[in-house]
Amino acid sequence: MSTQASRSAARLMLSPAVLLLLVWMIVPLALTLWFSVQRYNLLTPDRSGFVWFANYAAFVTSPAFWLAILNTLLLVGGVLLITVTGGILIALLIDQPLWGQGVVRILVISPFFIMPPVAALIWKNMFFNPSNGLFAEALRGIGLAPFDFLGQAPLASIIVIVAWQWLPFATLILLTALQSLDSERLEAAEMDGANPWNRFRFIMLPHLARAITVVVLIQTIFLLGILVEILVTTNGGPGSESTTLTFLVYKEAILDSDVGTAAAGGVVAVILANIVAIFLMRAIGKNLDA
Amino acid sequence: MARAVSTQRKAVNTALAWGVALLIAFPILWTFLTSFKPEPQAVASPPVWFGFDWTVRNYVDVQRQRDYFDYFWNSVVLALGSTALGLVIAIPAAWSMAFVPGAKTKDLLMWMLSTKMMPGVAVLVPIYLVFVWLGLLDTRIGLVVVLMLINLPIIVWMLYTYFREIPGEILEAARMDGASLGREILYVLTPMAIPGIASTVLLNIILAWNEAFWTIVLTTTNAAPLTKFISGFSSPQGLFYAKLSAASTMAIAPILIMGWFSQKQLVRGLTFGAVK
Amino acid sequence: MTFSTRALLGATALCGLGYAAAAQETTTITIATVNNGDMVRMQGLTDAFNEAHPDIELEWVTLEENTLRQNVTTDIATNGGQYDVITIGTYEVPIWGNQGWLAPLDDLPAEYDVDDLLPPIRAGLSVDGTLYAAPFYGESSFVMYRRDLAEAAGIAIPDQPTWEDIKAAAAAMNNPETGVHGICLRGKAGWGENMAFLTTMANSYGARWFDENWQPQLDSREWKAAITDYLELMTSYGPPGASSNGFNENLTLFQQGRCGMWIDATVAGSFVTDPNNSTVAEQVGFALAPDAGQGKRANWLWAWSLAVPASSDAPEAAKTFIAWATSKEYANLVAETEGWANVPPGTRTSLYENADYLAAAPFAQMTIDSINAADPNSPTVQPVPYTGVQFVAIPEFQGLGTTVGQEFSAALAGQKTVDEALASAQEIATQTMTEAGYIQQ
Repeated sequence: MSTQASRSAARLMLSPAVLLLLVWMIVPLALTLWFSVQRYNLLTPDRSGFVWFANYAAFVTSPAFWLAILNTLLLVGGVLLITVTGGILIALLIDQPLWGQGVVRILVISPFFIMPPVAALIWKNMFFNPSNGLFAEALRGIGLAPFDFLGQAPLASIIVIVAWQWLPFATLILLTALQSLDSERLEAAEMDGANPWNRFRFIMLPHLARAITVVVLIQTIFLLGILVEILVTTNGGPGSESTTLTFLVYKEAILDSDVGTAAAGGVVAVILANIVAIFLMRAIGKNLDA
Repeated sequence: MARAVSTQRKAVNTALAWGVALLIAFPILWTFLTSFKPEPQAVASPPVWFGFDWTVRNYVDVQRQRDYFDYFWNSVVLALGSTALGLVIAIPAAWSMAFVPGAKTKDLLMWMLSTKMMPGVAVLVPIYLVFVWLGLLDTRIGLVVVLMLINLPIIVWMLYTYFREIPGEILEAARMDGASLGREILYVLTPMAIPGIASTVLLNIILAWNEAFWTIVLTTTNAAPLTKFISGFSSPQGLFYAKLSAASTMAIAPILIMGWFSQKQLVRGLTFGAVK
Repeated sequence: MTFSTRALLGATALCGLGYAAAAQETTTITIATVNNGDMVRMQGLTDAFNEAHPDIELEWVTLEENTLRQNVTTDIATNGGQYDVITIGTYEVPIWGNQGWLAPLDDLPAEYDVDDLLPPIRAGLSVDGTLYAAPFYGESSFVMYRRDLAEAAGIAIPDQPTWEDIKAAAAAMNNPETGVHGICLRGKAGWGENMAFLTTMANSYGARWFDENWQPQLDSREWKAAITDYLELMTSYGPPGASSNGFNENLTLFQQGRCGMWIDATVAGSFVTDPNNSTVAEQVGFALAPDAGQGKRANWLWAWSLAVPASSDAPEAAKTFIAWATSKEYANLVAETEGWANVPPGTRTSLYENADYLAAAPFAQMTIDSINAADPNSPTVQPVPYTGVQFVAIPEFQGLGTTVGQEFSAALAGQKTVDEALASAQEIATQTMTEAGYIQQ
């Protein structure tokens, strides 16, 4: 299959994508690296110059840094946990014979089509709002005091919003994987007297391993970059309770107009994201190999 | 699939599944409902379900504040444009990765995905400066390129996993018959990969439609899509739930309807190689 | 030139005068503005502007405040040239004017009557006597309260209340059983949100952000007293979830009749008395912002203003628009179409001498008194090296104020004590000011 000619042709065909991504990655990265060692604040352009690693030091020693890392991990981990377990359960449920399967599936995947600012605005105003939100209404309805979700449990609230957005994606991939499972194997197991839990544990779950890997990998890539949902709902607060690494970079870049420190933060975020990626690949990457 | 189950069990399943589905879709349904309420009834306590004074005034108000169709049209152009451009670049790349894999193919793929991990805000000012130099601010072409680049890794990966499931012998046979590389891709591979390409296209349109950072930062009026449309309604003064709901409905309706109609095609290829 | 002239003549001959007007060169200007009610109204009056100026086409970018600030700051600092008219406040104007980012508005036409602008507002928008932005609406802050509830509770709120009066009134009007909270105040973190209010409250308690040598003073006794009282008011008599309430959230609450009192922008006066949107329109009373007997009241000074970025490629058309949108003529236009109470307040002396306006706007006198009581050049009891009432007019304040605002927001949410919040605020301020070179090590 791989003759010399097709190899060079392959390289030729691969090159536009690689080159473009290289440019897309290297130009901003080079600029970012350069800015990250400069004092460059948009609002004080006259105070500029080379500062070595002062920006990195400022970013890493900022009071919210470690909390931001913890919050990032909690956000990614929490959303993954909810979407994967929820996705499996829902996939199992709607894979059963039932009336109106088509409509059920349409309803279940709907949140995936909602743009992040809209999702965040809807949840913030119509559900979480402690005066007019539906959750407050429900609590009042059963005689409890309204709970201030975004003030008292900001990160958990954001996890709920983001998990809602990504649940359909996980459900869909897991459902497709589930449907590819040979039903004869399940029936055989049933004949042998395996109870539902064992059938799930020893036949379905191993079959779903690849699908779960894919869900985890793709969602992690997107979840590390979550910004709009935080911006719209809590602005990273109260305090820094819901500040993630991405939001911290945003704060430097936009609120402080500090391009230098934001650039340094971006570099730190990329390094950490790649560490996470390497861990992920180590832990689950073997599932991806054919 | 077609396991025989009792009607009773099917009824229980149906009730459960509908319950869960309605719960998941509830925020969207509620927003839709609220968009037809007069403002005071949108925040009424206890909430009004259907017995309110139905009105389309919110839609009229929103439309009067800004012309929806300008934004809608930009969203369409950006989503379709970036998808088309992305496909042209990604198909050859995915082909060569799938059929002529090298030792570094996996690493290359992972590297492509890792380009998505740089937080956009960190490169905001550098990219903005580049756009100023190139005169690309608030142009559709600039946004099309950015959106294409953001989603390119996902497209390449999706196509790659899909192409890999196509047996190489078929391509081999075509080559034996004297088909050139271009023809091989165009006439042999592409038709076989239509389901995979279709779902790639759909996913990419959704991602491009919903991208809400660069589309807000790099546009003012000429290229501004629906994400920018909605960002002006987020916290106006006074009661605004009904108007916000109307604007939200307008922003999400096109992509939601497209998604509903094409969900079969979307789902078929949305596996990222997860199904063996 | 000849060709276009001939084409113009031909067009005139063929299609008449209307066509000729269209064939004239039109200039398009892009206006970035905030999605506040008054600006949305201005956008709605685009047609009226075009009647007078058919050769200028207006493109609107109406965004939520934070998004707008982010987009405009990025553009202006990188010389992007995307906007011809921008909406900025009294915080940005002196800083950006100093950077040379704004075109001076020193050639406004005589009929604009620049001397009619309220002196404190005009001073806030000028750098070394040159005007860099024209005020669209100006505001201070004052107390809005429910007369019916005050009466029912058997208390009276004086026109010049002290914080003790406010505390007593909040306690008397508070009735969560019926959904009425004694007082609504800002809690949402942000230099322009909770810190605008808290800085003025601290000013009235005798506190200051920095001493004459730019040493942060957030760990002072005065700050502690102010923040302690604020938290006590809010936890005892405030609405739930106050740490996410900003201006808009509180406005909604007040309009729904859920607040006994609300201390906020004077511009809210027309919203809470508007019967179309407010359930309590007939019941609202006004009073000056409170004091603590130290000689300074807790009222701020702000003006949303229109300016032309130096990078604009159509500065003349942009200035024409600004002169229209901030003119007396525009005020008359709004009065005709929407009524006098909806005229953008707080920019011109003549408006407060207009009997029609004073009759239609029950909040007018209190507004002008509040604006005149604010002094950006001497905002605090003790001397300070900065100007600005509810902000410190240095570029670093935007970030610093928001970070400190997060601390106080956390304290309001019950996640930190007053001492913890003030200690970390002090630490953040010291770090920022040292990095920025104000404090020499």
